[in-house]
Amino acid sequence: MFRVFRYLRKRDVLFILASFVFTGLQVFLELLIPGYMSEITTILSSGQQDMGEILKAGGSMLLCAFGSLVVAIMVGYCSTMVATGFTMRLRSKIYEKVTGFSMEEINGFSTASLITRSTNDIVQVQMLLVMGMGILFRSVLMSVMAILNIYSKSWQWTFSTGVAVLLLVTIILTLVVIVLPKFRKIQTLTDNLNRVTRENLTGIRVVRAYNAEKFQQGKFEEANDDLTNTHLFVGRSMAFLNPGMSIIMSGLSLSIYWIGAYLISRAGAVETKITLFSDMVVFSSYAMQVVMSFMMLTMIFIILPRAAVSARRIMEVMDRKSKITDGTVTEGVEGVREVTFENVSFSYPDAGEEVLSDISFTAKRGETVAFIGSTGSGKSTLINLVLRFFDATKGRVLVDGVDVKDYNLTALRNKIGLVPQRAILFGGTIRSNVAYGEKGDNREYTDEDVKEALRIAQAEEFVSKLENGLDAHVAQGGTNFSGGQKQRLSIARAICRKPDIYIFDDSFSALDYKTDRILRGELKKVTGDSITLLVAQRIGTIMDADQIIVLDDGKVAGKGTHKELLAGCEVYRQIAYSQLSKEELE
Amino acid sequence: MAKENYEFGSAKTAPKRGPGRRGVPGEKAKDFKGSIKKLLVYNKKILPFMGIALFLSLVSNIFTIIGPDKLKDITAVIQAGITGPMDLDAVRRIALFLIVLYLLSAACGFIQSLIMTTVTQHISRRLRKDISEKINRLPLSYFDGTTIGDILSRVTNDVDMVSHTLSQTATQLVSATTLFIGCLIMMVITNIPMTLIAVITSVLGLALMFIIMGSSQKYFLGQQRYLGEVNGHVEEIYAGHDIVKAFNGEDKARAEFEDLNGKLCKSAFKAQFLSGLMPPLMGFTGNLGYVAVCVFGALLALNGHMEFAVIIAFMMYVRYFTQPLNQLGQAATNLQSTAAAAERVFEFLDAEEMSAEAEDIVTLKGEDVKGDITFSHVKFGYNPEKIIIKDFSVEAKAGQKIAIVGPTGAGKTTMVNLLMRFYELNGGDIYIDGIPVDKLSRSNVHGLFGMVLQDTWLFEGTIRENIVYGKEGVTEEELEKACRAAGIYHFIRTLPQGYETVLNDKVNLSAGQKQLITIARAMIENAPMLILDEATSSVDTRTEVLIQEAMDRLMHGRTSFVIAHRLSTIRNADLILVMKDGDVIESGNHEALMAENGFYAELYNSQFEKVS
Repeated sequence: MFRVFRYLRKRDVLFILASFVFTGLQVFLELLIPGYMSEITTILSSGQQDMGEILKAGGSMLLCAFGSLVVAIMVGYCSTMVATGFTMRLRSKIYEKVTGFSMEEINGFSTASLITRSTNDIVQVQMLLVMGMGILFRSVLMSVMAILNIYSKSWQWTFSTGVAVLLLVTIILTLVVIVLPKFRKIQTLTDNLNRVTRENLTGIRVVRAYNAEKFQQGKFEEANDDLTNTHLFVGRSMAFLNPGMSIIMSGLSLSIYWIGAYLISRAGAVETKITLFSDMVVFSSYAMQVVMSFMMLTMIFIILPRAAVSARRIMEVMDRKSKITDGTVTEGVEGVREVTFENVSFSYPDAGEEVLSDISFTAKRGETVAFIGSTGSGKSTLINLVLRFFDATKGRVLVDGVDVKDYNLTALRNKIGLVPQRAILFGGTIRSNVAYGEKGDNREYTDEDVKEALRIAQAEEFVSKLENGLDAHVAQGGTNFSGGQKQRLSIARAICRKPDIYIFDDSFSALDYKTDRILRGELKKVTGDSITLLVAQRIGTIMDADQIIVLDDGKVAGKGTHKELLAGCEVYRQIAYSQLSKEELE
Repeated sequence: MAKENYEFGSAKTAPKRGPGRRGVPGEKAKDFKGSIKKLLVYNKKILPFMGIALFLSLVSNIFTIIGPDKLKDITAVIQAGITGPMDLDAVRRIALFLIVLYLLSAACGFIQSLIMTTVTQHISRRLRKDISEKINRLPLSYFDGTTIGDILSRVTNDVDMVSHTLSQTATQLVSATTLFIGCLIMMVITNIPMTLIAVITSVLGLALMFIIMGSSQKYFLGQQRYLGEVNGHVEEIYAGHDIVKAFNGEDKARAEFEDLNGKLCKSAFKAQFLSGLMPPLMGFTGNLGYVAVCVFGALLALNGHMEFAVIIAFMMYVRYFTQPLNQLGQAATNLQSTAAAAERVFEFLDAEEMSAEAEDIVTLKGEDVKGDITFSHVKFGYNPEKIIIKDFSVEAKAGQKIAIVGPTGAGKTTMVNLLMRFYELNGGDIYIDGIPVDKLSRSNVHGLFGMVLQDTWLFEGTIRENIVYGKEGVTEEELEKACRAAGIYHFIRTLPQGYETVLNDKVNLSAGQKQLITIARAMIENAPMLILDEATSSVDTRTEVLIQEAMDRLMHGRTSFVIAHRLSTIRNADLILVMKDGDVIESGNHEALMAENGFYAELYNSQFEKVS
């Protein structure tokens, strides 16, 4: 987990050093305070009547207390500076990393997991930095300095303090070894409980329809018992902590007095006895402070396991390299306006089977090429290859005569208008969603562009009914719009871009048949000069495409127009007849 | 490779409440007293155990307070030994007494912790169990008004919060109060002027602390707000990754992110810095008390008003005294969070349950049911003020296939909900073989229908568990027969573990395979009637053919209700009900309806009109 700290900058390291030095100073000042008490004790025990001296010592003590507060604030400043700055940069780095990922890496992690890694996990690491650094420095410096102070005076006291510290460390370490793995297990078991509950909730109709409430409850109780038992184990182990700590703390003070009694009784001169006595009083305070700072140290062990897991999860993301590398070509071959697949195959890494194998076709300017086939036949994957969300494992994908791998990614995507299967809207306004992105020509979309796109996408009517028209609020994820509305806005976004290549990935299925038909009619008028790649489920949507490619298990099962395929392609015929009757098809 | 359908909001299902950073403003309960009272009543049976634990905590703390007093005695003895002979016996006597005291105190503390942990974990287990059972007793309408994330956060976060703070707060309150009062008493007994000094300095220090902490609240709120904004942005951009890339929106998104991130960093710095001041301030308060006790004690001792050893006792008392004050403040905040969490849990546990079953209950046996179903003047609305199904009547004969079609929102799924008695009618009746459904128990009604829904619901478990699903005494032959009929027998055989293959996110089933498993489940249930709600709309048309065949086998001889998006799948239905705005506007078979040339015909034809 410590690798995550390599993102600390030089300045941060300086701040950390500074906070270490300041903590040292703080501890030094705090340990001085009992030292003055020792002076006072000496004054009192030797029977002097010097009030001035006492007040002087008292003043110094106050000064030390105040000084240590000031230094502590400086420590706080340094460590907070480091923690918040570091967190900001780490968050920025991971964000940059993830936005640079290709589909493959994103799918590998899953979107939800990446979000947690960029948000919650970062907060965990920050918490460790803010709290951990100060506590760690303090307890280490405190025990070292206190023991050093005692060391010169009496080995017996040093020894007992050493034993106490050793005992404390043993208790803490033992608990860490026993309890830490269980903490992790608790996380898994909580997830498990959550899963069972979520299952019950999502499937509540099925559960009731099958009278399976008891079955579900059984599963829940099993998960519940597992979780409770692990919690019990952890809680019972942790029950040792506080009593153990306090017995060590009290025992240490007592032993210092007890040992002191023997030391004093053995000492000869009254002077020596007085010195020993005042030392004893001081050391009992030291001992308290050492143990206290160790008690703080246990706090770290509560944050540490979570932060360690978080740091590891962050580093997993940072270590992943994006497989898609940027090219340099920004323009296609002069005069060539087509999308070509040359014997393209694709398979996911670590998967033996090919998702696409040996696909070849050419889509020329002004043409519509449609893809149809059952789920899992590779239609969406094929389209992702054009956008370079993935790279073909074999063969070449050419856009305007240039291999997509050689393109500058921005330049390639500037040519394309994508409408994905699942409409995605961003928080903002209708305008910000339709006039989304950049096209590389430094041109802002005008209101006319946006309105025209909305008109073609059949979104004009419902947008005009919204209170603020183009400035109407769109909630994050577009949750304030229906599925059909979202899909139409998503289509408008692609149209507004006026791209060379339109890609529709099953974009019409959320629309009812009527809207679908009108929309495609309007669309046809503007896509006349572009290349249209169209994935669809409904035969009705693709019947009039210039070329239909039928995919079956990643292979081309047929290629041609509707009529040709109906006559010559068995797979196509099956699909067609499953949707429409014979008369309707002809 | 599993395709991820990321849903907005799922990452932030549960806003992290709980004992996070110090000073983070806790959630407040609407009815503090009521919630705490409910919590106590709920835990009536284990209250005695908690009482014992709290008593032990009291004893343990009293021992802690006596400690310094005895140390004072030792100091006095030793001090006397400086000038005269050292009474080592007395020292040993007091020391041994102290050791016993410490051990007893530790033992009490330990046992107290053990009891507390056990008690609170049992409370959590029971709360979770009750919530889970409650889920099964709530009417489905409850779930329309709430999200899964909300309920999940009650099962985990809120319950954790209750149990965590309950054990902490209860002990804290008792130990802090004992320490505080005990310390005060011991101090007063020992020396009154010194007590005044100790109390005044401690209060001064604490006042300073509260002033600073109070002003930090607004920075915490700021930090929470910006954190929320940054997280929201991240969630949005990650989820819309393909669009951001395809439209080259990365630069703009990044600029927005950097802006938010910078703001967050600034407000986080202020909030964290201020909260980081807490420990040094606590230390300072402690030191201040220490110094005051030392100096004033010395002055008093100098004048002969008290003995030196008193200072030693006060040096410890002053530390013990500032601690509980701080703890009491924390306990008060914790108690607020406990109340808020408990309120949410009990809100759920107290939610209105399904109406009781009729008293003169009738039970229909599956094998005796013919399958005649009658809707008679059915009136229904999810909200009683907004009736969507106004007056619906239809008769279905045993063995018929009844299709329900219509545009989205026409009320098709509502019919299913009513048939299954998931919701109660607002008027009219539904009869099965002439018996009104509200005379049957819900589980009886459920048992009479097999159901296959659009969203194929499978759970993490083996294929066998998923198909048999809670039914007892299913033989291997029956299982095989069902799987063959559903057309997945061969597929399951090809899996390395066959029926015992565990379905989880690692096993990648296609939408069609999942649907076929749910069909096999319905086959196993072997109910006399059947409901198919858009069972094929999530699969492509070729797989649909397979599923359709399986469903036809399933429907054979059973009265079945089919809701379909694709009209092609229901052309052969005995009766087609065309719904619009909650009413049946046309009914009849395909040919009749086409001949009518009404809404159905329009709907049907729009499927394959050519783009002109």
